[in-house]
Amino acid sequence: MTSNHLAFIAGAFEHPTRKAIDKTVAQLHAESALGALADAGLTKEDVDGYFCAGDAPGLGGMSIAEYLNLNLTHTDSTETGGSSYLIHVGHAVQAIAQGKCKVALITLAGRPRADGATMAQATPRALLPPEESFERPYGPVIPALYAMAAKRHMYEYGTTSEQLAWIKVAASHHAQHNKHAMLRDVVSVEEVINSPIIADPIHRLDCCVVSDGGGAVIVVSPEVARDLGDRCVGIKAHAEAVKHLSGGYFDLTFTGAVVTGPKAFAEAGIVPTDIDYASIYDSFTITVLETVEDLGFCQKGKGGAFVADGNLISGVGKLPFNTDGGGLCNNHPTNRGGMTKVIEAVRQLRGEAHPNVQVNNCGLALVHGTGGAISTRMGSATLILERNDA
Amino acid sequence: MQDRTYPDPTPNLETEPFWAAAKDEKLLLKYCRTCGKAHYYPRAVCPLCGSTETEWREASGRGEIYSFTQFRRAPVPYVLAYVTLIEGPAMLTNVVDCEFDDLKIGQPVGVTFRDTQAGFKLPVFRPV
Repeated sequence: MTSNHLAFIAGAFEHPTRKAIDKTVAQLHAESALGALADAGLTKEDVDGYFCAGDAPGLGGMSIAEYLNLNLTHTDSTETGGSSYLIHVGHAVQAIAQGKCKVALITLAGRPRADGATMAQATPRALLPPEESFERPYGPVIPALYAMAAKRHMYEYGTTSEQLAWIKVAASHHAQHNKHAMLRDVVSVEEVINSPIIADPIHRLDCCVVSDGGGAVIVVSPEVARDLGDRCVGIKAHAEAVKHLSGGYFDLTFTGAVVTGPKAFAEAGIVPTDIDYASIYDSFTITVLETVEDLGFCQKGKGGAFVADGNLISGVGKLPFNTDGGGLCNNHPTNRGGMTKVIEAVRQLRGEAHPNVQVNNCGLALVHGTGGAISTRMGSATLILERNDA
Repeated sequence: MQDRTYPDPTPNLETEPFWAAAKDEKLLLKYCRTCGKAHYYPRAVCPLCGSTETEWREASGRGEIYSFTQFRRAPVPYVLAYVTLIEGPAMLTNVVDCEFDDLKIGQPVGVTFRDTQAGFKLPVFRPV
């Protein structure tokens, strides 16, 4: 081991289910946890830190800690929607560096398909968020919120539906090799832009899938990593930010990645062109387009040209992304795509991605998460990960 | 064009005056006495400078479309939009009384009101 990182990802596991009619949410968390521990070569007796977000049933992490019978000295249930799990990785690094724990378990799981895909739940009046009455009555459904960002980006920068479609096309090229992916057919730009409009300019194929599932990763101290060997992946940098509507003075053409990208690259001491592989949160195609600009992979406003012509396809373009098919084609467990983004980056750095999408000599990977919604409030997080012998 | 059914707001201690004025078809904005700026959504604490000296003022009700979309999957399709008010801040809203396909970013709009299910009125906008 030559690297000197504060912590390492030692285990990663993606639950194979996409529709979990026969499993409870707690069970999916537990199966994901056990999968990641087995992948790391650890057992649940080794876990002393547990991280989860609002998809975990119960108050914070306590119920799942009890279900798994964990013995914890550290817990954290930071909630930023689908990006939570990237933030958990960053917080686990900090906790390990401060000696609060040595083996941190992070889990995600849920079953919105089995439960009928409804996200609406009655919130007690006292817990309604302060913006609630100024948004909900207008029908701010998620695709419509992302559509407004896309429309403004098109207006300011001339971005086209064809350019956005290339993002789905690239994801589908990768998903054809993933036997667990929900959408395995390769699609063309024409098929994307001829799919039904959901909320203009977003078509059905600009949207991610809705799936059940789960995943887990294990973050460990350098001492633990040393015993586990080279399949551990170094955590080189972590940055997080919250972007919101700023009292009514906002710009929908960028995301919180404008903050987290530069911070993460500075912490890692590298530049975007050093990145071999990127997992980029892909709730919608516009999410990817704004993110690649904000992270500095291209100039602001030039994302459309950057993603076009297969530039995100592994083995074809300059920035292979989401080689498992991502949220657009593979899965989006319980409407939260951050965990699976981390997992595919770990596969790439270990050389364990599908051979048809594995990036040659993959030494540095970026993972970016976008939780919440890009036209209201979002939690953004960027990780930079490094192959252990790089 | 058929109109959608508008859900009710849930007024609270900070926002009751907004919804009371809306029943009289007036759009109120919160202004800060310290920094002088308007913000949205309305709060007791100014999000721009942190002052607690905020006050209600009636807005012009004029603005322009910052961005919009037509949500076509709804039983009654509707336009979700952000409208930038001439007072400064932008607000989430619906655009009504229009041919959806003719709407444009930058288009001038004015406030109008729609009845909600339980008798509140919701500020929405239409082209002017």
